[in-house]
Amino acid sequence: MHIAYPVVLSSLLFCTGLYGVLARRNAILVLMSVELMLNAVNLNLVAFDVWLTKAAEETLHSGQALTLFTITIAAAEIGIGLAIVLAVHRNRGTADIDKLRDTAEGHETDGPGGPDEATVTTEPAAGQTEKAEATA
Amino acid sequence: MSLAAAAVAAATTTTPPALAAVETRGFLSPTGVEIAFLLVGLVTFGAAIVTVTTRQLVHAALWLVVALGGLAVEYLLLTAEFIAWVQVLIYVGSVVVLLLFGLMLTKAPIGRSPDADSGNRWAALTVAVAAAAALVWVVVDAFRTTWIDLDGPAAGSTKATGESLFQNWVLPFEALSVLLLTALVGAIVLSRKTKTESSSPSVNSRGATGSSSSVPDSRNHPIGRKGQAEQEGAR
Repeated sequence: MHIAYPVVLSSLLFCTGLYGVLARRNAILVLMSVELMLNAVNLNLVAFDVWLTKAAEETLHSGQALTLFTITIAAAEIGIGLAIVLAVHRNRGTADIDKLRDTAEGHETDGPGGPDEATVTTEPAAGQTEKAEATA
Repeated sequence: MSLAAAAVAAATTTTPPALAAVETRGFLSPTGVEIAFLLVGLVTFGAAIVTVTTRQLVHAALWLVVALGGLAVEYLLLTAEFIAWVQVLIYVGSVVVLLLFGLMLTKAPIGRSPDADSGNRWAALTVAVAAAAALVWVVVDAFRTTWIDLDGPAAGSTKATGESLFQNWVLPFEALSVLLLTALVGAIVLSRKTKTESSSPSVNSRGATGSSSSVPDSRNHPIGRKGQAEQEGAR
């Protein structure tokens, strides 16, 4: 197999993910596009590992080991990313990254006890915790 | 992909005759594996395009399943079977389910959402097309005489992958397990509240209405405050 096939497919998938990251507004769609980019990198790693395993005498299978590591890190990234997106959605009421322009929490409240209002209540937090544990 | 194929064909036609004579394999006579790779690659790329362009959020996650499953088939065609099954297990099995949970918990609209794409869509399209053209040109030009030998024993069988992983990559593997544990604990910590914040005055009103607009009313309400005090005492 010519190595151009997997490498070109990997490039196109990466640029598709790049378009998604730049053009999407929903944070979860951005996370999906990041997954596409990571998968493009994985395909590249596997293709070059298969090539170098047959071309070289002694290899460490570093491409496939790195692919497994990338998959694991992508799983960790998607867990942390979704937890952050859900926390932002509970605090601000939106997951639209074009509207998340300030870095401080509790931007809409300035009365007494204002910082507490921006935080979330107990019942949704318990539900989120259960779901996070269930999905993690 | 057809543009890329044209670029590849142009690159191969400009190959010097000496190199073309050395390589007995030609680009214009693809093998069965290459044809299968091309077809599955077209499906994968199309599913990825639909994933980043559709306006229905749940459909984007479902087309992501097609794209990731197509990539698993590509791994199988590259004889990396262990990676393929890990891909199916982790990506198709858990990551997409996690994304669907995220869509559900952030109250994503079912059906077409008109604001799925941001205003700088055309700038993003320009950047992506330029990056794709540059990447495809560079990699095709760099690897025009490189061939993967897929014959013989599989390069990515479970035996080979496991041996290399546990002979040469043990320490990174264990460090990665610690990283995964850290990410798990971090996700739990991020999605629960600390004890001091959980006794905020907005417990009752937020639990009843689900919106923060009625918080000042309930704070002045005596019954609401009493009930909240009881709840704190019970805690």
